[in-house]
Amino acid sequence: MALQDVCGFLETLDDISPCTYQPNEMGYMWRTPLEFDRDSAFHFLSPPQQCSRKNRAPTLFSSTFSSLSPHQQPFQLSHGTTTLGFIFQDGVIAAADTRASCKGLICCPISQKIMPIHSHLVVNTSGSGADCMLWERILTREMRLYQLRHRKRLSVNGAAKLLSMMLHPFKGTNVCVAATLCGWDGEETQKTIQSCMEISDVKEAVEQDSNGSAISDESAQGSVKMASVNEQDEISKDTQALNPTVSDQNTKNVLSTFGGRSGPRVCYVCSDGLQLKGEIISVGSGSPYAYAVLDDGWRWGMTVDEAVALAREAVFRATHWDAYSGNNVDLFHITAHGWRRRDREDLKEEYYREREREKKKIKEREKERQKKEGDKLVEGEGDI
Amino acid sequence: MMISAQAYGGNGKVKEYHYTGPVEHKFSPYAFNGGTVLAVAGEDFALVASDTRLSEGYSIHSRDSPKCYKLTDTTVIGCSGFHGDCLTLTKIIEARLKMYKHSNNKSMTSGAIAAMLSTILYGRRFFPYYVYNIIGGLDEEGRGAVYSFDPVGSYQRDTYKAGGSASAMLQPLLDNQIGFKNMENVEQLPLSQEKAVQLVKDVFISAAERDVYTGDALKICIITKEGVREEIVPLRKD
Repeated sequence: MALQDVCGFLETLDDISPCTYQPNEMGYMWRTPLEFDRDSAFHFLSPPQQCSRKNRAPTLFSSTFSSLSPHQQPFQLSHGTTTLGFIFQDGVIAAADTRASCKGLICCPISQKIMPIHSHLVVNTSGSGADCMLWERILTREMRLYQLRHRKRLSVNGAAKLLSMMLHPFKGTNVCVAATLCGWDGEETQKTIQSCMEISDVKEAVEQDSNGSAISDESAQGSVKMASVNEQDEISKDTQALNPTVSDQNTKNVLSTFGGRSGPRVCYVCSDGLQLKGEIISVGSGSPYAYAVLDDGWRWGMTVDEAVALAREAVFRATHWDAYSGNNVDLFHITAHGWRRRDREDLKEEYYREREREKKKIKEREKERQKKEGDKLVEGEGDI
Repeated sequence: MMISAQAYGGNGKVKEYHYTGPVEHKFSPYAFNGGTVLAVAGEDFALVASDTRLSEGYSIHSRDSPKCYKLTDTTVIGCSGFHGDCLTLTKIIEARLKMYKHSNNKSMTSGAIAAMLSTILYGRRFFPYYVYNIIGGLDEEGRGAVYSFDPVGSYQRDTYKAGGSASAMLQPLLDNQIGFKNMENVEQLPLSQEKAVQLVKDVFISAAERDVYTGDALKICIITKEGVREEIVPLRKD
């Protein structure tokens, strides 16, 4: 088709697929659209190459404009964010703001930066919006294929390596993906870890009179995806109250498995090839502010409430100081049962609550000061 | 060339305010042809509206070049930016729609078209289509859906979105009128079709007042389960 030739629609297939063309019944060497999904992870995309193509007449596109530098592009891609992820004794918390900005304009105030990959893995994305969205789709597909081929889920470290290897051909181009993979490795039938779940309303540790946000129980929904493959899945839907003796046991068990095969993990992957593992990871223009709050409050032995409050506070402070972060907070909590999503919270209300609290504090300080002055006067008279 | 006396400074030399030597102009494959597109999703309808002015620099190429393209009975796409890329992109989408229809024996749904467009745009990540797309249509349940894109394929589903040259002016107005943002203690009524059409007309009239690339006429495509209906409203021509 002439249009396909001009646009190089089938050109990209030639560059990257290692397999040879099979002539179909008609004897043609064309690849039909149905064969697109077969072999390569990037059947629609290839990194820009400078090699000349002798078997095809050079089109205007391939010879001159095989890669357009960002300076020539008349538009800017979206950047600027605060995302964070940390592990603690009861799983992983992943939190992010929801602002997508493009130079000075907010393209989208309600974008979703945390995307679930499967029932036990969630990825925080930052960098260029389109790159993150499309690479997350590619990663999801590759992980699903891995699971179908090998009958077990890829670990968080394995997923990080996979993503890093897939991004490597694009090093040096302006693909910008900074992803934090947050997940739980291991089988979810471990009984020791199961009983430390609590499904209840989460109230902020700081606020007493605010609206409590309920964690919507999507772990069952998330686990159903994997149920068909892993016959040993037992999805527990019963609500279990937190048992103090059991939780002590859990801490010991999880601590002993930390560094072993299963447990909570966070991994950072960057499009320039950097891969980091750790306990606390924060990415984006607001990350310095988030790190300050997280470093102050993080302990391995935190409860779920404390961890959620810490993550929320970190994002809130970062959105306050960073111009490119703002709007709402998304929060995910991943445990051995899967991920659960906290309702998206608008930070506008939090600013007003903060101001109310400040006003109260100022009033109380005033009262105390007056009281002290009153006491001093009384004492003074007494001495004389 | 006549040089007036104002060009000479106190000591008799020509005043130079800027570099006047040779300048190298590189060929740019892109041009900006202006235009604004807007889409609104309602309970059981969707609107896609665009102006019909095609401009470049200080000239107007055409006053009758609408930017809405009908894809299926339930989906309309609005493309603004570089007109050459808009034309090619819509041809590619239409070709892919036909291929899908022939191999799957059904038309593509709005959500599927959006996902496909995302991969088409990302396929040109290193030489992008300079097009700001907005898809408006009905989803499988018959509710209105709007999908907005950036030039490289990042997309998401919205209730309303403005794109193109006047987007920065129109988006805050839509945030206020349809999203009820920045309003306290207001009753949030769902948007009816008549109110939405009237709002879109008012919004474009304001855009034509302040944006030089928007004007001439407004074309609104109203998508309901009965099909796609078009309305044309004149705008400022200056």
